[in-house]
Amino acid sequence: MPEIRIPQVQLQPELSTPDGQGLAVEAPHEVSAVREFLLSRGNSAIADRGFSWLMLLCALSIFVIVAMIATELVVNSQLSWHKFGLRFFYQAFTDPDTGLKMYWDPVNARFSALPFIYGTLVSSFLALLISVPLAVGLAIFLTEMCPRALRSPLAFLTELLAAIPSVIYGLWAVFVLVPILREHVNPLLIHGLGWTGFFNDNNPTGLGYLSAGVILAIMILPIISSLTREVMTAVPHSQREAVLALGATRWEMIRMGVLRNARIGIVGAIILGLGRALGETMAVAMVIGATPEIHRSLLANGSSMATVIANEYAEAVGDMHLSALTEIGLALFVVTIIVNALAQLLMWVVTRGTPSQTH
Amino acid sequence: MSVETTKFRSRVRTLTDGAVTGLSILATLLVVAPLIAIFTYLIYKGASSLNLAFFTQIPKPVGESGGGMANAILGSGILLGIASVIGVPIGIGGGIYLAEFGRGTKLANAVRFTADVLNGVPSIVMGLAAYALIVNPQKHFSALSGGVALAIMMIPTVCRTTEEMLLMVPHVVREAALGLGVPNWRSVLSITVKTASPGIITGCMLAFARVAGETAPLIFTALGNQFWSVSLNQPIAALPLQIYVYALSPYDDWHRLAWAGSLVLIILIVAAVSLVRFVTSRGVLKGAS
Amino acid sequence: MGVGIEVTNLNAWYGTNHSLQDINLNMPGNHATALIGPSGCGKSTFVRCLNRMHETNPIARVTGSVRIGDLDIYNDCKPVEVRRRVGMVFQRPNPFPTMSIYDNVAAGLKLNGYNNRRELDEIVERSLKNSALWDEVKDDLKKKSGASLSGGQQQRLCIARALAVDPEVLLMDEPASALDPVSTSKIEDLIFQLKSQYTIVIVTHNMQQAARVAEKTGFFLNGRMVEFDSTHKIFTNPSDKRTEDYITGRFG
Repeated sequence: MPEIRIPQVQLQPELSTPDGQGLAVEAPHEVSAVREFLLSRGNSAIADRGFSWLMLLCALSIFVIVAMIATELVVNSQLSWHKFGLRFFYQAFTDPDTGLKMYWDPVNARFSALPFIYGTLVSSFLALLISVPLAVGLAIFLTEMCPRALRSPLAFLTELLAAIPSVIYGLWAVFVLVPILREHVNPLLIHGLGWTGFFNDNNPTGLGYLSAGVILAIMILPIISSLTREVMTAVPHSQREAVLALGATRWEMIRMGVLRNARIGIVGAIILGLGRALGETMAVAMVIGATPEIHRSLLANGSSMATVIANEYAEAVGDMHLSALTEIGLALFVVTIIVNALAQLLMWVVTRGTPSQTH
Repeated sequence: MSVETTKFRSRVRTLTDGAVTGLSILATLLVVAPLIAIFTYLIYKGASSLNLAFFTQIPKPVGESGGGMANAILGSGILLGIASVIGVPIGIGGGIYLAEFGRGTKLANAVRFTADVLNGVPSIVMGLAAYALIVNPQKHFSALSGGVALAIMMIPTVCRTTEEMLLMVPHVVREAALGLGVPNWRSVLSITVKTASPGIITGCMLAFARVAGETAPLIFTALGNQFWSVSLNQPIAALPLQIYVYALSPYDDWHRLAWAGSLVLIILIVAAVSLVRFVTSRGVLKGAS
Repeated sequence: MGVGIEVTNLNAWYGTNHSLQDINLNMPGNHATALIGPSGCGKSTFVRCLNRMHETNPIARVTGSVRIGDLDIYNDCKPVEVRRRVGMVFQRPNPFPTMSIYDNVAAGLKLNGYNNRRELDEIVERSLKNSALWDEVKDDLKKKSGASLSGGQQQRLCIARALAVDPEVLLMDEPASALDPVSTSKIEDLIFQLKSQYTIVIVTHNMQQAARVAEKTGFFLNGRMVEFDSTHKIFTNPSDKRTEDYITGRFG
């Protein structure tokens, strides 16, 4: 039988004096008072349950808000919904005086949302066209190329861009951007790209789809850029190193090692930016021209869904007018919810389990 | 592959790399430029109009020069006060639920998703809802409806930031409180929330700053007012709303005021954003290991 | 005065993981009982069942009975009440970061509504003296935050905090494992002295520590309690071969 070797342990607990505190533990005098007090406190079951219910109610308020918005919008748009049905979104009327096509006739209570849908889409996509390359370029610069010292101030500047209120963007656009476009940029566009039919010289004000698209681009750029940055930094370094080890240039490393892995998230960021552009109100209202017409030229006056609501709601002419405006608001609500939900789902997919997790 | 082809491809790859670097830098400059342009123009146009009168007087009738936006500043304060009183407690409560009671449950996930989606809904829609809810039945515009519209915007934002800050409190802190026999509600409020309070406050500040600049939901709820008003049941002026109206007017004087008002608004917002950045970069939970 | 702990047929689950199986033992009052065993054997889970902290995990489940003194802690009262009678000191010191030293020690009382300032002062002083921290912090009670102390001091602060509510039992889950040797020996001395007032259950990886401070020792393995006896017997002549293997370092 093998020898049992027990390691030498001190079996007699040592009685040492810890730093002169004295051996005896001070006998507490009012021990029983404290214990009695605590015993009398009860189990707080009611307070706990009440508290958790209260917090739950606060959380449920989110659902209440959505339900309330949806309900109010649906209820208040019943008039025009019953009168026009789905045609509301694409019909056109004729102006009795001029014989031309018209869409928005508050006087005769004839309404079509088509020019506003058109304007919203045109200005938003124009904004995406301009801002996505810039935003992604900025994100690439900040994550892969930027010297460390510059990174924080530049990120802070981007955050500031996102924080500027829409009305200030609009103010600046009206007094600075639009004149610049009108005097310097539009003539060039007409001259060089007039043949496409997108740039005709029929707008002396400088307002229109292009101005709206440019200011929108500036406004959604920070969102797309910071989300893209987030997604790009989430790509593990091992992916970058693997590509570099194959002898790739920096751009190739970015393209294959980072962007490829991050592309779902970048798409999500772009969709989120689109969602913001679709609903943007003040700046667009100030520079798009607020004319309920459809034009091919990007330099022409137009309108957007949010613009017409902002401009006409407070002084609507009659119940049908209000109802039509509310219906446009409902359409805006539904569209932005769908777009944002899609973007959130994409971002959620990216942050949960991604293909870039392989090492 | 021949040596020449390899050399050529190598040259192309290097050039592409350089081109992309250049484009990225260009993109960065193109982004930074409007920001600097906006700020410098704001300061240039707005600073000269900022005087004591701006902060103490209401607008003068058209044609008279001078006057200020004092009523709009006060009005914004009142509207934000209403919005905060309604929105902050509910938002924080929702955040507490998400972090402390509902963690991992399907309900909490649904709430979180909905809050994020709600954050992306255009603010003018909130105005429409507040109009239908309050202005329509009351048959008049009011500060209350404007405040409610803003509150609806604050709730999802405050809820999410509160949740995020609470999740950062280390679990051992909660355990220590529970282990002492502290009731759960007291532990959540006096320990967890208190530990996360710097972060929660900055979250509220962010929501506050965001909502302070909102115009769209106020256009047909608070409506705006050319005179002093503190009544909750009447239209009230608001700084961004006034800027909007003045910007679109044909009067130079009012343009001047619009620039000054914008400068005040942007300074407030920049201060809030900078403060938030400062607090979060220093470490929200200093001392918690 | 400390009370005895009687555990009968205790089983505990984390979801489907049966982490404790049929635990039966009696821990005597005013003694220190050490629980030893390799990582993951269930000693921490067991200790957390003694103050109903185990059930703070939503997928946790417990069956069986635990009597502390004359109280059946699972059937006679709610978790909050149990925890006021059974104090706990955790593996890593966790003082409340936003509170001063004074407020940390008084937390268990203040947060339960105890407001008498003069008595609180006395209780705080007594608790800090009993945890051998008083001399080091008596000048900074309200000025310094709990988190600004060293690791060993923080742990003694946590002990003071647990003592302030005057529990009958003190549970210590590897209280010195995150500390340096000097702090460790201070804490061991503390435990030895606290025995006279409280019943102590201490989980430890360190067999020397168990031998130094505890009269009884229990050896856990894979969720079962293999052997529970006087410390002397466990370390000199264990009955079970598995205990002997663990003691002699063949595994764990």
